[in-house]
Amino acid sequence: MKRVLFGAATLLGTGAAVARWLAARGRAPVVTKDPKESLRWLGVTINLPREEVMPDGVPPRPLSRLDVEVRAEQAPGDRGTELYARPRRAVPTGPMAILGRLRGTDPRQEVRKALRDAKSILETGEVLRPEPEPAGIHGEPSAIQKTKTALTAPKSRAASIAQPVRADRSGERRQPGLRDRVLALAARRAPGEGRL
Amino acid sequence: MKALCWQGVDELTVEQVPDPRILNAQDAIIKVIASTTCGSDLHLLGGYIPMMKSGDVIGHEFLGEVVEVGSEVRRRRPGERVVVCSIIGCGRCWPCRHDMWSLCENSNPTSGITDLLWGGSTAGIYGYSHAMGGFRGSHAEYIRVPFADHNAFPVPDDVEDMDALFASDAVPTGWMGADLGGVRPGDVVAVWGCGAVGQMAARAAVLLGAERVIAIDRYPERLRMVERQADCEAIDYTATDVDAELRERTGGRGPDVCIEAVGLEADSAGPMRVYDEVKQQLHLEQDRPIAVREAIHACRKGGSVFVLGVFTGFVDKFPLGALMNKGLTLRGAQQHGQRYIPMLLDRISKGELKPAQMATHTMTLDDGPRGYDMFKHKKDGCVRVVFRPS
Repeated sequence: MKRVLFGAATLLGTGAAVARWLAARGRAPVVTKDPKESLRWLGVTINLPREEVMPDGVPPRPLSRLDVEVRAEQAPGDRGTELYARPRRAVPTGPMAILGRLRGTDPRQEVRKALRDAKSILETGEVLRPEPEPAGIHGEPSAIQKTKTALTAPKSRAASIAQPVRADRSGERRQPGLRDRVLALAARRAPGEGRL
Repeated sequence: MKALCWQGVDELTVEQVPDPRILNAQDAIIKVIASTTCGSDLHLLGGYIPMMKSGDVIGHEFLGEVVEVGSEVRRRRPGERVVVCSIIGCGRCWPCRHDMWSLCENSNPTSGITDLLWGGSTAGIYGYSHAMGGFRGSHAEYIRVPFADHNAFPVPDDVEDMDALFASDAVPTGWMGADLGGVRPGDVVAVWGCGAVGQMAARAAVLLGAERVIAIDRYPERLRMVERQADCEAIDYTATDVDAELRERTGGRGPDVCIEAVGLEADSAGPMRVYDEVKQQLHLEQDRPIAVREAIHACRKGGSVFVLGVFTGFVDKFPLGALMNKGLTLRGAQQHGQRYIPMLLDRISKGELKPAQMATHTMTLDDGPRGYDMFKHKKDGCVRVVFRPS
């Protein structure tokens, strides 16, 4: 009897929680339903005075090459200048915005990257170039490969727990794990852009 | 050139890789003289740090000789012996100008990933995943150093290679824990973890005037080493109740400053180790914060806790109630090395710091996988392995 009562209480509790969540979905201020999303300014703070960021009101490169609205304001305290931009053309909102980001077609991505690059050029004079992809590909012919030694996994970690697939001995690259795939997908909007 | 490459969980190989080259005008190419293992590399080996790719060159704590500079490098010259900070700073953004170099806003070309993970981008780090810029690491014969004027520091002639090497990471990281943890004369300081960083944090606390410094670990050789090296007390956490021991040694107050130098693979003599391991492996938490919990619980009311250990994501059973109700200050950071390195080289030169003692094993790059095996499993009393590529 106790089991039946416990089961019924669990079911009721779960049902109530799900119903509450479903009801709240319509009210929650999620990003995809934010009415300001299509008009939102993207911004970076540059550690320079306003006259050096936008001399004579001219936006810095590479922003100046884009079809964007630009404005600059003095940041509070000694933090430099807040530089803002947003695309002039319509930007997708809601689920289309998410799809656009994943496809790399959301115009805000280009603006984010341009803002970050403008900041780097103004502050340091250059945009740091990433290094070429992984240098030492496992399995390439090399005399040094003879030294290859796999570390011994500690006993406390079950073998099944090691998430990434090990590189096999035929020279295949390691396949990324689920976490890496999710991060890579989510960050497609991001490399070089920043969260602006 | 030869380099030690990450291939997958617990798998390293020595490979022939292309030589680095100048990609930006402010780069320098450094010929690596010595490069050391670091506890945070173990998180890469264990698969806890995301965005690693097969073939990535690891290593971030190193000393070398400048062999080539870009056209915009003003202060560094070929032939100089330099120690390079493991964290890359541009030197001109607001965080760098305010000596918070690990928060640099221009040195991580893949900053979107850390933006996504943490809500803000952080600095690039050599050999530490594509979330931290994808820079090639220092366990190689040569390495590219961006913004060389701000990240490579000339080593005084009277400082030996093995001492200068640790000024790249372990010494400034430990110093920062004591400095930003707010150690003041008369304080009692507790340090969790007696690896190289913990030992340096303990020594820094002594030099900053702490009345008593108590270091906590489980490896007898490390406990003896920190007693000698840092001139402090030691507690073996497998032999006693750390919380009770700290209260007994501090009149019931607890330490004024607690420094956590353990990180996301923390261990414990109690059941929490199993609990956290299970949750971590089921991805219900990313990191095991056992030492952070202990530090917060042990810290005196109104005291300070500084997190030096590397953490990546979310943790469970975080004692927020203790933090709030005891009025604690909690801080953490990757090291702001550029802030401290010249001062620390000076202290090494004067003999106040002797980090070379941590180099328990020296090997060639060819022995890299074996070196990490020793380091990971603390074989033969290993505290740090130093690779000499040439």
